[in-house]
Amino acid sequence: MGLAVTDAAIRIDNLTRDFGSVRALNGLSLEVPSGIVFGFLGPNGSGKTTTIHLLLGLLEPTNGRAEVLGFDTVKQGDAIRARTGALLEHAGLYEQLSAEANLEFYGRIHRLPAGERQSRIKELLTQFGLWERRQDRVVKWSRGMKQKLAIARALLHRPSLVFLDEPTAGLDVVAATAVREDLAALAASEGVTIFLTTHNMAEAEKLCRRVAVIRQGKLLAVGHPDELRKRTSGPRVEIIGRGFSQDALNLLRGRPEVAAVESQDNRLSVYLRVPVGVAPLISLLVGAGVEVEEIIKDKASLEEIFLMLMEEET
Amino acid sequence: MIADIRTVMWKERKSLFRQQGSRVRILLTLLIPMIMVAIWFPWQMGTDWVEGYESLFSVLAPMMMVLLTVPDSFAGERERHTLSTLLASRLPDRAIFFGKLAVSIGLGFGMMIIVLLLSLVTVNIVHWDGHVMLYSYRVVLVDLAFSLILSVLIASAGVLISLRASTVQDAQQMLGAAVMVPPMVIGVVLLALHEQIAGVWGDLDIIYVVLIVMAVLVVACAGLLAAAMARFQRARLILS
Repeated sequence: MGLAVTDAAIRIDNLTRDFGSVRALNGLSLEVPSGIVFGFLGPNGSGKTTTIHLLLGLLEPTNGRAEVLGFDTVKQGDAIRARTGALLEHAGLYEQLSAEANLEFYGRIHRLPAGERQSRIKELLTQFGLWERRQDRVVKWSRGMKQKLAIARALLHRPSLVFLDEPTAGLDVVAATAVREDLAALAASEGVTIFLTTHNMAEAEKLCRRVAVIRQGKLLAVGHPDELRKRTSGPRVEIIGRGFSQDALNLLRGRPEVAAVESQDNRLSVYLRVPVGVAPLISLLVGAGVEVEEIIKDKASLEEIFLMLMEEET
Repeated sequence: MIADIRTVMWKERKSLFRQQGSRVRILLTLLIPMIMVAIWFPWQMGTDWVEGYESLFSVLAPMMMVLLTVPDSFAGERERHTLSTLLASRLPDRAIFFGKLAVSIGLGFGMMIIVLLLSLVTVNIVHWDGHVMLYSYRVVLVDLAFSLILSVLIASAGVLISLRASTVQDAQQMLGAAVMVPPMVIGVVLLALHEQIAGVWGDLDIIYVVLIVMAVLVVACAGLLAAAMARFQRARLILS
């Protein structure tokens, strides 16, 4: 794929990065449209963090090239870093300083005038519910509060693109949900492009308009979660009941519209190749002695799609 | 660039000595050399302290200050996982490098001035002979120049060591050894060869000896500073 002239925040063309004999990124080509939350999904060690380092111009690629906000990552890293915000693997906060001092430092780095700096700090800390604790040393804060502060820092200078490397990793469910909700609200109110890496599929499903799935440095799929669903699996029917015998399952598997059948306890998942009525399938099951209690038509979660993509690749 | 250096200095001034226990450790470590060079040596050396170049011993204080603060500033940034975020900002490598260095060297230089003043007070109190004793301008210039050159030398070595050390403590220990061992070796060599040296340098005015030593240190300082600058680059730091 060549680098086309589009309204893309990020354009990556055949990007490859080796660390000695290890290929961390393998010919990645991708476009990230402006103004959306883009999810970059992959298991640990799949090359997500390396991609962010390359896009920020912190590392040079072994092969290929990338543009961020129209700037070449190798030649114009300074311009990229001036226009983007980043929350990397670690929150990167000065824990012995107050929350306000942490933001003050990054405000000075981005040369925000004193008045604007103060009002922006107040605006962000208020939005994240941290304003009352602004004088506390960060070391006393919970991990969730630290992550929120780190996100506020990334947004401080109103960047048009923000890189968030697993922003909810290591947080408990409550803190992760709070961070996720704040992120969704900020993405909407600030209108920034967010490049979000995660291996939390629920997070990606909730926040991202487009997702890319990466494994061992190679891109497996990219698109809207619904597009990926269509590409990897059809509709799904959950049947709850009793008597799911092997004969009944074999009958179902023999039907041309059925792609796969999974049974667990009193729950049967039927994956269909195309959207069709399920009445003939239910009749088949009842005829085979199954007692059907409930039928739920739904679609595969992003997590299931992710696992399917991983299985296909393996 | 100057504005960026000042920004880094602002942060360094606020965060240095704020790590758990480091303020107490640094103050205690500085206390002994401070007492030695501000009270004990001038007390023992008397008027020689202000009239000769004995006050050059004062450089021990800024050396200790730099030795303690540079590893905290450079290795500490990595140990506390704040370096990669700093590197992802718009700050140029040189601004981070010089901003951090400037605070350590500035603190050392300030300490040198305090020690020179305190030791002057000590000499005047202990060896009072009816009139106020003062350093000659030449002694003050040599003392301050040596303080600055040695501070930059140790700071540059400190950067190189800090970028390889895994923790602040490791970096401080390695830098301590690097700073202490060469003068000890030179001292042993000078003692062993003192007769030959006296034969060659015997007639030389002490100021020329001081200037020659200073010139050698400046060359070493320039080399180490260039090496530290070359090593302090984003692409290398992000992998460390």
